[in-house]
Formats: sequence, structure tokens, C-alpha cells
Amino acid sequence: MTVALSGKEIATQIEEKFPESVVESSEKAVVVKSDSLLDVAAFLKDTPDFDFDYLNYITAVDYYDHFEVVYMLSSLEHNHSLVIKARCYDRESPSLPSVVHLWQGADFQEREIYDLMGIKFEGHPNMKRIFLWEGFPGHPLRKDFM
Amino acid sequence: MEVDSPRKYIYSDTELDREEGQVIEELKANSQPTIPDPDQWLEEVPEQNILLTTVDWFINWGQRSSLWTAICFPACCAFEFIAANGPRFDLSRFGMEILRASPRQADLMITAGTLTWKMAPNVRRIYNQMAEPKWVIAMGACAISGGIFASASYAVVPGYNHIIPVDVYVPGCPPRPEALIYGIQMLQKKIAQKKNIDIGKLIRR
Repeated sequence: MTVALSGKEIATQIEEKFPESVVESSEKAVVVKSDSLLDVAAFLKDTPDFDFDYLNYITAVDYYDHFEVVYMLSSLEHNHSLVIKARCYDRESPSLPSVVHLWQGADFQEREIYDLMGIKFEGHPNMKRIFLWEGFPGHPLRKDFM
Repeated sequence: MEVDSPRKYIYSDTELDREEGQVIEELKANSQPTIPDPDQWLEEVPEQNILLTTVDWFINWGQRSSLWTAICFPACCAFEFIAANGPRFDLSRFGMEILRASPRQADLMITAGTLTWKMAPNVRRIYNQMAEPKWVIAMGACAISGGIFASASYAVVPGYNHIIPVDVYVPGCPPRPEALIYGIQMLQKKIAQKKNIDIGKLIRR
């Protein structure tokens, strides 16, 4: 059974490595600053103790005043998992760094989030719509779409 | 005539020759009238088998009795269609069991499933590739009106009749195979009433 690591404990280790990169943390998840998301993700992937070599999914949530992008990471070696989150407060043109170069599986999911939520992922090799056609007005999974 | 004993069996016996002659004479005597041609009846066939009908009826009969289906199964109604095609419901009883992978060999498009706007150009292309005459059955709520997606979805076509002309609507979510078969029979009735030849045009010519 995969062990879900404590967000609080991981958050302290992230804080040691990258000061002031964690916004908040709970047992279930770590919320990191969008500026330091790439550093934290690379740190979690490359540190042998964590070894998060597998990205289960990325998804996004619309909380009206901000978007939250959720990354679920797993380690096949250690059989443990962790949820990290990043927030975007800009509603007009939200953007986050892309993690495609760390986890290939992020490719289509980041495009899906861009398609349905309108969050641009900087550094993605092919940042365009995946389900809807070019020219579709708006991003339909936003709460204010209808 | 005496024959040398070593050559005795080379030539036939005179007695045997006589027997053979008798057989031939008998056959000849009994064969004076000719044997009638066993295929004589073929000449009577045209007299027995000509049916008079209209060109319209004949063409419609041919077209309605061999409705071949183009594959256009975007969603779950396809399974009901597959069930209808299988041995339990057995569409082949009606001569419409053949699914054509190529739309060029198909006369009928059974639109089994939800159509999204992203898929719509492809369905339109399949329809355009089908040779005339061609018919469309809208199968299920999604094909008729968009179904459960009609009111809220931004991505679903609200009915195939926005894309292609539909002849028969089969309601249901999904329709039972019996309903689909009934729908195809309705289509066959519709085809039976089709007018193929414009008489007025022929007369004017």
C-alpha cells in the first residue's frame, strides 16, 4: 500500500532547502509558491530519499479568487506519495511553470488544464488546446464560464 | 476360317460378333422415335415467370432490402447496435447486417451516439463520402437532440440534424435493439414510397 507522506514534514524539509517557498502545509498537501514550484518539483524528484519519479496526475481547481493546480507525485521505488499545490491569483492570464521536462506525463494534462481552465504553463513545448477547437470562446471549466 | 492357335485370341469369335450384331439390331429397332430433350421445359420458363411491376417498386425493393450500414458509432448507443447485430436480435434477418468499414459501400448511416462539435466535421465527411442514395437513422436521445447534454454542454452537437439530414428518429437512451430494428423497418417503408422516375420529365423529353 502506498504511504502518503505527511505534508507538514516534507514542508519543513523543503523550507530548509528553499526558504520561504512554502505558502502553507497540512498533513495532506504542501502549497508552494508558484515562483519556486520548479525548484521544489526538481528537488522532490531528484532527492534519493523522496525519489518522486512518477506524476500521477495534475488537475486544477477554480476557487473564484484564485486557481489551484494540484500535482500528485509518487515514488515507485519507495512506494510513497505526496500532493503539492500551486496557486495562481491572476484571473486574466494565469500562468505556472511547466513540469513536462521533469515528468513527460504532464504534457497532455497541462494542455487539458490550459484548454478547460485557461492556465498557461510556461515552458511547455506545445501549449495549445487539446479537446476544444482553436477559436473556442473562453475556458469552460471555469466557474464563471456560463 | 481356322486360325492358328497362338493367334486365336487376337481375333474375336464369330459367335461373339453375332451377339454383338443382335444387340445393335435390337437397339436400332427400338430407337426409331427420338428421345425428347430433357431441357424442353426451359423454353416454357419465360411464359411462367414474368411478373409485371413498376420500375419504382423494383428499384425501391432492391434498395430497401439491402441496407448496408456505415460505421459511425461515436458513443454508447453503439453497444445496443452491436447487440442488435448479434445473434440474439439478428439484424441479418432483414438483409441489413453488413457493416461497411468504407462509407462508399454503405447506404445507411446509423448515428449511434453523442456527437461533439470536434467530431462533427468527421461525421459530415463520412456522410459526404457515402454514395447516393443514402439514408440516416438518428439513434438515441443524443443523436436526436443532444440528449442529457443538450441543455448545458458547450461541446455537444444538439442533434445530428444540425449536421446531416435525418430520415428516421429512434428514441431511447439507449434504444432497445427491437426499437432500432423497428426504426429500420420504418425506414424501409419510407424507401418503399420513394419516387425514382419523374414521369413528367420523361414525357417532356
